[in-house]
Amino acid sequence: MEDNQPQEKPVTQMETQSPVMEKILPAIHIKMDNQKQVTSGTTQDKATCNRCGIISSKEFSFFYGNTCGVKNISMDIYPCMVTAIIGPSGCGKSTFLRSINRMNDLIPHTRAKGRLEVNGINVYDKRTNLVNLRQQVGMVFQKPNPFAKSIFDNVAYGPRLQGIRKKSDLESLVEQCLKDAAIWDEVKDNLNKSALALSGGQQQRLCIARALATRPKLLLMDEPCSALDPLATTRIEDLIEQLKKFYTIVIVTHNMQQAARVSEWTAFFCLGELIEYDKTTRLFTKPGKKQTEDYITGRFG
Amino acid sequence: MESSGTPNHMIDLSSSAAEFNRPLLLTPGEDLKGYILGHVGRWSLFTITSASVLAVLLIFIFVIREALPFLTQFSLTEFLTSTRWYPEGTPHEFGALALISGSLYVTLGALILAVPLGLSAAVFLSDIAPFKVQQICKPIIEILAAIPSVAYGFFAILVLAPWMQKNLHFSTGANTLNAAVILAIMALPTIISVAEDSLSAIGRDIREASYGLGATRAETMLKVVIPEAHSGIIAAVILGMMRAIGETMVVWMASGNATQIPSPWWDLSQSVRTMTATIAGDMGETPKGSDHYHALYAIGFLLLIFTFSLNLVSEYFLSRVRKAKGR
Repeated sequence: MEDNQPQEKPVTQMETQSPVMEKILPAIHIKMDNQKQVTSGTTQDKATCNRCGIISSKEFSFFYGNTCGVKNISMDIYPCMVTAIIGPSGCGKSTFLRSINRMNDLIPHTRAKGRLEVNGINVYDKRTNLVNLRQQVGMVFQKPNPFAKSIFDNVAYGPRLQGIRKKSDLESLVEQCLKDAAIWDEVKDNLNKSALALSGGQQQRLCIARALATRPKLLLMDEPCSALDPLATTRIEDLIEQLKKFYTIVIVTHNMQQAARVSEWTAFFCLGELIEYDKTTRLFTKPGKKQTEDYITGRFG
Repeated sequence: MESSGTPNHMIDLSSSAAEFNRPLLLTPGEDLKGYILGHVGRWSLFTITSASVLAVLLIFIFVIREALPFLTQFSLTEFLTSTRWYPEGTPHEFGALALISGSLYVTLGALILAVPLGLSAAVFLSDIAPFKVQQICKPIIEILAAIPSVAYGFFAILVLAPWMQKNLHFSTGANTLNAAVILAIMALPTIISVAEDSLSAIGRDIREASYGLGATRAETMLKVVIPEAHSGIIAAVILGMMRAIGETMVVWMASGNATQIPSPWWDLSQSVRTMTATIAGDMGETPKGSDHYHALYAIGFLLLIFTFSLNLVSEYFLSRVRKAKGR
């Protein structure tokens, strides 16, 4: 790609701490399929860097009215990996996550600045096809939010919107998604039961199945375990482990142990800014910034 | 000893910590005062509340008592099935079917007009309108409910009736359609406001779930939000219906007051007479205690049963909305 080099400016916060980031950032424009020289030899982690960001944000800021939700976020998120976003409450983790599939559009008086690209397309472009974007960028919310429909209809909702009407197709798809979300065995005998009758953990896995049913490439998870007990949390974490073979997952979490357990990359947000973004193992063992270290060791403030 | 360690600017709590300086037990005087005040308050509030409950009961008893002489003397089947309403003829004939059908005509006509309009407006207000528009529109719509019904009646007679005669070539301006249109306008604020509340009660999380799966706004509304809000929407329709069926002044002025069932049945340009208008119209010129007088109470009783059962049904659906809200 020609525009490899002129990309010096977006290298903002991270340039000091992570040599890896310096090498990756210039690659933002390039899509997944043309992997190429971006991965140039200087990179330390070839394994991770031979792909470029499926999501790449460049000086992305988001405003609620005049308050700033996140400011100047520049980071790349890599395909088929789990990226965790951690940080104290109100630091903009969820705002950033929800910007990726334009979920924040539902909130009035908001606006975005900078670029936020998914697969090379700026999602805040006026021409963005929101339906296609959201079908391919699935989302799991903090609180399980099944529709007041049967379990089957919940999962089949997305495919039906895409025009899949044939019963046999829907049935096999629903079964597949419920199996992928590790809830099939619990519900296979009563798919016609109301989804609201399930327990919280089951509802959340159902919501994951429902998100998988639109065949997304990316899965955004907004604190998916915060309303669940430890057992259900373990199940969801196992599930994430399984899913990352096929999906790119971005997970916002309050729980640092969870971030450490499930993710390959971790971003630390504070007060709307990206403080540090690195491989999880490194961020948790040798954080580059004092703020990060204070937060992960519990001495925040 | 420990207190010696506390910095000067902090209040020295350690010595007083064990001694509460205000007594924790009530003195007998305080105890008695509290007891009396509590009971006086409770009973006075209870009496006030029961007064309104009692009022409802008394109305029921009063209406039934006045209607009973009629119900025992005349045949109930004739009352409900005959269309011949000649209370002052010889012999008296009290067939209320035409009145019942008149009430149903204007009420259902009003609902057919008001429900689609009201629901569309509710959907617009809850999901599409910008916040400001919503803030301005909702109070204005609710003002519609505050306009006295006689003003609507004037509008019906002076504006709508001539307009219908001129443009729709109806033989009379005071007809079923006229009454139905005006009742629809009167039922709109109730329907819009209750339906909008129940649509807004469906949380943003459910809408987000739908949008997140790639649904458009229309799909989200039609397939998720409206089905989830159906209890509240049904309640809204029933409340609107109660407003329409119980309305008197407007139908009296606008419906033409002809005791008949339109024939053919779909001809809304004919006049009808409703139960409420009959009671209001006849009551003034009926000698107290006559058969006619008691017959009017029988109609009132019928009306009461209608609205009471509608009220029960709407309460049922509204309680389901409240339950869903608490989820």
